[in-house]
Amino acid sequence: MTKVTMTVNGRAVSGEVEGRTLLSAFLREGLGLTGTHVGCDTSQCGACVVHVDGKAVKSCTVFASDVDGASVATIEGMANPDGTLGRVQQAFQDHHGLQCGFCTPGMVMSAAALLAENPKPSEADVRHYLEGNICRCTGYHNIVKAVLAASGQDVSGMAAE
Amino acid sequence: MYAFDFEKPKTVAEAAAALAREDAMPLGGGQTLIPSLKQHLAAPSALVSLTGIAEMRGVCTGDDGALCVGGATPHAAVAADAAGKYPALAALAGNIGDPAVRNRGTIGGSLANNDPAADYPAAVLGSGATIVTNNRAIAADDFFEGLFTTALEPGEIIVEVRFPVPERAAYAKFQQPASRFALTGVFVAKTADGVRVAVTGASEDGVFRWAEAEEALSENFSADAIAGLSVSAEGMVGDLHGTPAYRANLVKVMTQRAVRSA
Amino acid sequence: MPKDHGIGASVKRREDVRFLMGLGKYTDDMAIAGQAHAVFVRSQVAHGRINKIDASDAAAMPGVLCVLTGEDFKDVGGNPTGWLINSRDGTPMREPKRPALAHGKVRHVGDAYAVVIAETYAQAKEAAEAIVADIEELPAIVDMAAAVADTSNRVHDEIPDNLCYDWGWIEDNRAAVDEAIRNAPHVTTLELVNNRLVPNAMEPRASIGEYFPGTGDYKLTTTSQNPHLTRLLIAAFVMGIPENKLTVVAPDVGGGFGSKIYHYGEEAVVLTAARKLGRPVRWTAERSESFLSDAHGRDHVTKIELACEKDGTFIAFRTETMANVGAYLSNFATVTPTFLHGTLMAGPYKVPNVYVNVKTVFTNTAPVDAYRGAGRPEATYSLERVIDKMCRELGLDPFEVRRKNFITTDMFPYTTPVGLAYDTGDYHATLDKAMEMADVAGFEARRAASAAKGKLRGMGLSTWIEACGIAPSHLVGILGSRVGLYDAATVRVNATGNISVMTGAHSHGQGHETVFAQIVADKLGVPESSVEIVHGDTSKIPFGMGSYGSRSLAVCGSAVTKAIDKIVAKGKKIAAHMLEAAEEDIAFENGSFTVAGTDKAKSFGEIAFSAYVPHNYPLETLEPGLEETAFYDPANFTYPAGAYICEVEVDAETGKVDVAAFHCADDFGNIMNPMVVEGQVHGGVGQGIGQALCENTVYDENGQLLSGSYMDYAMPRADDVPFYNVDYSCQTPCTHNPLGAKGCGEAGAIGSPPAVVNAVIDALQRGGHTHVTHIDMPVSPARVWAAIQG
Repeated sequence: MTKVTMTVNGRAVSGEVEGRTLLSAFLREGLGLTGTHVGCDTSQCGACVVHVDGKAVKSCTVFASDVDGASVATIEGMANPDGTLGRVQQAFQDHHGLQCGFCTPGMVMSAAALLAENPKPSEADVRHYLEGNICRCTGYHNIVKAVLAASGQDVSGMAAE
Repeated sequence: MYAFDFEKPKTVAEAAAALAREDAMPLGGGQTLIPSLKQHLAAPSALVSLTGIAEMRGVCTGDDGALCVGGATPHAAVAADAAGKYPALAALAGNIGDPAVRNRGTIGGSLANNDPAADYPAAVLGSGATIVTNNRAIAADDFFEGLFTTALEPGEIIVEVRFPVPERAAYAKFQQPASRFALTGVFVAKTADGVRVAVTGASEDGVFRWAEAEEALSENFSADAIAGLSVSAEGMVGDLHGTPAYRANLVKVMTQRAVRSA
Repeated sequence: MPKDHGIGASVKRREDVRFLMGLGKYTDDMAIAGQAHAVFVRSQVAHGRINKIDASDAAAMPGVLCVLTGEDFKDVGGNPTGWLINSRDGTPMREPKRPALAHGKVRHVGDAYAVVIAETYAQAKEAAEAIVADIEELPAIVDMAAAVADTSNRVHDEIPDNLCYDWGWIEDNRAAVDEAIRNAPHVTTLELVNNRLVPNAMEPRASIGEYFPGTGDYKLTTTSQNPHLTRLLIAAFVMGIPENKLTVVAPDVGGGFGSKIYHYGEEAVVLTAARKLGRPVRWTAERSESFLSDAHGRDHVTKIELACEKDGTFIAFRTETMANVGAYLSNFATVTPTFLHGTLMAGPYKVPNVYVNVKTVFTNTAPVDAYRGAGRPEATYSLERVIDKMCRELGLDPFEVRRKNFITTDMFPYTTPVGLAYDTGDYHATLDKAMEMADVAGFEARRAASAAKGKLRGMGLSTWIEACGIAPSHLVGILGSRVGLYDAATVRVNATGNISVMTGAHSHGQGHETVFAQIVADKLGVPESSVEIVHGDTSKIPFGMGSYGSRSLAVCGSAVTKAIDKIVAKGKKIAAHMLEAAEEDIAFENGSFTVAGTDKAKSFGEIAFSAYVPHNYPLETLEPGLEETAFYDPANFTYPAGAYICEVEVDAETGKVDVAAFHCADDFGNIMNPMVVEGQVHGGVGQGIGQALCENTVYDENGQLLSGSYMDYAMPRADDVPFYNVDYSCQTPCTHNPLGAKGCGEAGAIGSPPAVVNAVIDALQRGGHTHVTHIDMPVSPARVWAAIQG
């Protein structure tokens, strides 16, 4: 076991991990941050996406030891300081961008990473960027709409309000 | 995953020393290795992470004008930092996997793994790049030795990849619908010395150069130049995503599309 | 202004807040003190005889607490199937035992034959590899036709021809249909495959078993769509423990789509192990396990014939289907290809003669059961594809042919030749609406624009109907169901006036917490914020049958409505007492009980408080308390219907199909929350496009699953689908439930696959590839390209 130290959602944390401990396991089991989900074992579904030093990564495919010292952001850190839903979260609620909620944390984290890189993405940009996040409930319609709305774009004209 | 020791050296020399241990394995971005460790397909004694080695990260221009990519540079960094100098390479890197994979996966890891459907081998072979390790420089034509096999010795580390920048180049990829790897991807590069055409995803032997197309395109760099060529289905991959004949068709179609967009 | 609350309003979902904050609690999120970890050992061969399992090395490994094998469960009951189907000759179906862990034989890759429980997951996983199983491999039975033909090779030794049943519906129609087809001016025949799908709820299955020795109580926390049914099956059939000593909790569940309706062996195993060890035992599937062991969907091989007049007037449909049931009978496996499929083979059409024959076959593959739509997508696909082919053969307009054959509004109630009594509908209206949405007249210009880009464009139509809101118990009982299919709700008005509603339905994405609260608040005239929906815990909720088959609103929502009616009736009694008026003079409106013709009134909150502080109640005639339970058993199925139009672009060089536009005009009856309805349609269409274009479950001849991960099973991604154009303004409310609601959960998955495939064929035909009359799903790039090559 070795000790890792990182900043998670602005809070300094540390814990003992094995070499094989994945970041997702460290977050879920070590820190009790179970908002980050694990939906596959081939690094494809994206339910586990978090930000490491500002970049989206699949936390099930990163060792905790490999991000020792990093700053990590998870879904639990996406709310506003007053506890209300953050901008991307609020857009997902407003536009029904989630149903069962399981893929949602990864979707929100990927969407936030996209908007950080590209503040006014096109529909095609959003669809392409979310290639690594699988949702089985929504058919993606309202997810794409929510991300566009979170970017401040008018989505009222999109098919089927 | 089986238990292993985790090491994260700061220099290439330290990494080489760590990899001297029996059954130690290098860890690039881990985007392929970690899923295979989960399946118990490997049991390393130690994983030596290469992501903390500053000298192996980043994109720069060499004295000879080549674009030099550090072996531990993630795809996203290549997509961003090579865009001005070598847009075809940047575009290829920017379409590997998905954004989260691109933030972790590295060029060195991809090349050392040599997945027959990976994108980077096409760029490296198509560009006639040089793979620089901690021991030597290996020409792309000598590097790829078939499925998941390369000229690398055990413990040898890809420190840098040097890409001569062609006059024109492009990569055209047809995605496997599930994995999003290349069902067939073709990298075309035109240089003063001629044209190189490298194909990934299609062949049972991994990435290869399509000699007839190179010859025809060196004469006349246009999609029409290869209209009359045909690709044999023999030796092409057949699986649930496509027959050998389908992949043979894609080799030609994707080559033409790459030429058109180069 | 659209409504902002109550029935019909697009109220934002309250459950979203916890999901978006990362505060949902799914089964795997729960850490329980003292928990041990289970890893199942699964067969790597499709078919084999278990000679010996040697767990001695594994049991001695670090951290291992115990190893259980099929031997430990051989004397306990099997997991039963819920529906008895009789063959055409009157004999009952063959029903093999389905043990919690395989015993004697393994019957599919992924069939669990042992489990290791250890202190940590990693220890259990390593020990699982140390189990030495002497399994004599037998030839795998994969192909259905071969399975039935070869009586020497058997999935279950006692079933000689691997046939579960040979079912005819309706057998009395058979001769007339044969005769009609023989004599028809035109017969179109189509042989097709309805591809096997893996449901792929994003949350893998997971279960935690607990045992409390002080009371002898068990608790199972599990990923279930219907906790009460799971409890019943475990208690009454599998483990033989008293039902009242077992609590089943289905907490937040990350999607189901049918795959989490069923009881699975892992649930009984973790409970058994928890009792044996005196510790909580948990298991979460890896995705690769899910692929191997979740119940799959569809997998029909079908020949359908359509007999018609030269003008396209339908005379008869005749269908012969082989349905793959996999290695064991999952809980709804026998009804899905029969009564959920054959009874829909008249579609929304006034066709006089229909006959369906279904042979359901055991194979060495994972069990197959209901997946979103369950039988009805198979029926719709067969019908809508063969109609499309007939139109092409006779040079008829596919829109006009549907119109000509639709049941008309003056014909309801309408009994079909396959036994359903449609209560209401307006199929012309939804078709007209879909055509308007799709701008059918503008297609040629869009086709030309696609052609200019080098793409072939096509348009495909599908008109669909389903029977959902399952189901009338009296009817399903006649048809062989071993359960009733009512649902239940308890409305508890608390002393402070807020309300807890306990539902038998379970929400795993559908939004019940919001939508049921809208209904309750609307009917009781209270704020939605004062209504809490409780679901998923058998210790709290009444015995309901859970959520599947688009039944939550139509059946459980009706139970909620009935319970509210009882609350109002009781409230009137209380108000009559408090206001010193006659009960029949009390009116209830906008949350207030009033005495008709006076200004005397009591608010809902005052009545509630009084109910729990009954200081001067006439106890002979008025009980304290304000809590009512209602069970609702529907009088009929509900019959949502609609028309879908898809446009695709095909890249003929690569065979790649892009969905350019998708239009849905549906009739769901009355709508409670439009936003949620749209979401349900989007999701269903997304899955239907997935089935049509990319998803496929492929076993090789040895029964190995080739598409066993997201590397090879192509899930639709955001860039595979367009924005969908959804309309539900055509509303013919259900005539027999109090909400007038029909159900919308499965619609998209039922109506969309044939629309997509019809569009692809249309594109190829218009592009000159006139030899292509059918491509089996998934219409993948490789298949389209191969079809074009001829």
